Amino acid sequence: MTDTIVAIAGVSKRFPGAAQSALDAVSLDIRRNEFFTLLGPSGCGKTTLLRLIAGFAMPDSGEISLDGNVLGQTPPNGRPINTVFQSYALFPHMSVAANIAFGLEMLGRPRETIKSRVAEMLRLVRLDGMGERRPAQLSGGQQQRVALARALAPAPKVLLLDEPLSALDLKLRREMQIELKRLQAETGITFVFVTHDQEEALAMSDRLAVMRDGAVMQVGTPDSLYDAPANLFVAEFIGEANFWPATCIEKSGASGRFSIGNGNDIVSVTEAQMVAVGEKATLVVRPERIAIGEPKPGMLHGKVETAVYRGSDLVVHAALAGGGSLRARLPGTTAADAVIGREAGFTFPADAARVFPA
Amino acid sequence: MNETRHPLRLPGTAIVAALAMLFLYVPIVVLAVLSFNASDLTTIWTGFSLQWYAKALGNETMLVAIGNSLMVAAAATGIATAAATSAALGIVRSGRRLRGVVEGLLGLPLLIPEIVTAVALLMLFVLAGIRLGLMSVVLAHTVFCIPFAYYPIRSRLAALDPALSEAASDLYAPAWRRFLRIELPLLAPGIFAGALLAFISSLGDFVITYFVAGPGATTLPVYIYGMIRTGITPEVNALSTLLLLTSVVIVAVVFRSGTTPANQTRGDQMS
Repeated sequence: MTDTIVAIAGVSKRFPGAAQSALDAVSLDIRRNEFFTLLGPSGCGKTTLLRLIAGFAMPDSGEISLDGNVLGQTPPNGRPINTVFQSYALFPHMSVAANIAFGLEMLGRPRETIKSRVAEMLRLVRLDGMGERRPAQLSGGQQQRVALARALAPAPKVLLLDEPLSALDLKLRREMQIELKRLQAETGITFVFVTHDQEEALAMSDRLAVMRDGAVMQVGTPDSLYDAPANLFVAEFIGEANFWPATCIEKSGASGRFSIGNGNDIVSVTEAQMVAVGEKATLVVRPERIAIGEPKPGMLHGKVETAVYRGSDLVVHAALAGGGSLRARLPGTTAADAVIGREAGFTFPADAARVFPA
Repeated sequence: MNETRHPLRLPGTAIVAALAMLFLYVPIVVLAVLSFNASDLTTIWTGFSLQWYAKALGNETMLVAIGNSLMVAAAATGIATAAATSAALGIVRSGRRLRGVVEGLLGLPLLIPEIVTAVALLMLFVLAGIRLGLMSVVLAHTVFCIPFAYYPIRSRLAALDPALSEAASDLYAPAWRRFLRIELPLLAPGIFAGALLAFISSLGDFVITYFVAGPGATTLPVYIYGMIRTGITPEVNALSTLLLLTSVVIVAVVFRSGTTPANQTRGDQMS
């Protein structure tokens, strides 16, 4: 028995009449009991991949396996996988309890088992006593919980969630994020969650895959993707960052020295394997890794243009002397150092910068 | 006076509209009024009477014709509605290009002149050796009932979230249980409306029936036509009024079913 529950191997899908493939040779392993997120902008193929796992569509080529068994042409009703739909898709002509019971009923579970399982599910999603209502009598957040309960009731091996929070307002969304994490931990079921919201993905996932144009750009834990993006797309899509055009002027082993902007500012970078001496590159630094000080050689020179105090931190924008701009998140306690108009020096640790070929 | 005129309205619109309405409905009102005439001359009013209704309903041959009409309408409606439901479900899951072609072909019988369909069906039955009788009438009525049944079902289906069917499959329902538990109940208002429309088109059809009905397969419209050949009596008015009433009641039911349950569930989804 491996640690992998869903194995996606070289899966491609192109819809009839479409110029581009929705998915192009995607390979991905989703592990048992993890909260896995497919993250990407709309049209990146994340929903298509989810639909292929559910069985609502079949791949043109490649294989999807569940727990070691190739799913092939198995229809959705033959897969121990359940889905929470973006529109919830609750059956409007049935009560909440009948909605939750539906899957168990189709599996031919005994009446008593179904009854106690429905009660258990209602408790799990905190809708006790709502079983006799119709979906239309519930609020959006409650309908969301029914959809979750209905999909969890048959205890699937994998739960698929297709942007389930997108219809909720911000406050409810935050609540449901925590609720989903709790449900995943309590049930021990593997969750595969689709979203275009990177903050949501970082907050909820054990691991995530960033997708773009039908391909997986990077797979990893939220912190590894944030701290060590594999490419410019991931660096831009996840979190905030500064992107500076730079030129490599010196290399020793993996590390290197780069000139930024007009060439007067030289900085050191620990990990610069992807770039050779003389090559153009893009330097990526997260705003919170930057510190402010007296201007000295080896720093970025710039003039503070705006400084917005936010309690815990201070968001500073500066115009760099060599051209371009800089955005830093400084600890709130340094507010006195970031006076608007001040000519300052900005530094960051050599291991805080990522370098990508331009 | 807040009855301001629309700037683009032509003068005299109201008068023309009123005349058009009179032209449409005066003959029907006159027909119904004269069915209560005591005189046996159709056109001269002498007093109120229900005698023609009594006479019509006491007429054995006519009752057989009504029986035939109801039987044919019920059978044709049943077959046509089942076919239309399968067609709608099948088309919604097929490719876009195929969908356009098939939907066009399904609607075509509404545009083909009835006499052409009638002659074509008569030739088909003769060539295929099908004996003209109630059976051939049922088959012929099924042909033109399908489009009537199809459109209400199709529009109801278009208003349903396709994820509902997917959710049923996802929750382990095989195709037939998905149909019985989810699709059929949700489509029911559309199926009901389609069936009633098919029923009244069958009930009122004359041209096609006249061609393909053999001896002993006389329906009410064909019987009324036979009566008229020997002169119009108020009995014909009474029968026509009864037929009219049946249609009006059925259409009213369709409209109610179309505005209440169908739109309600759709509204629910949004809230």
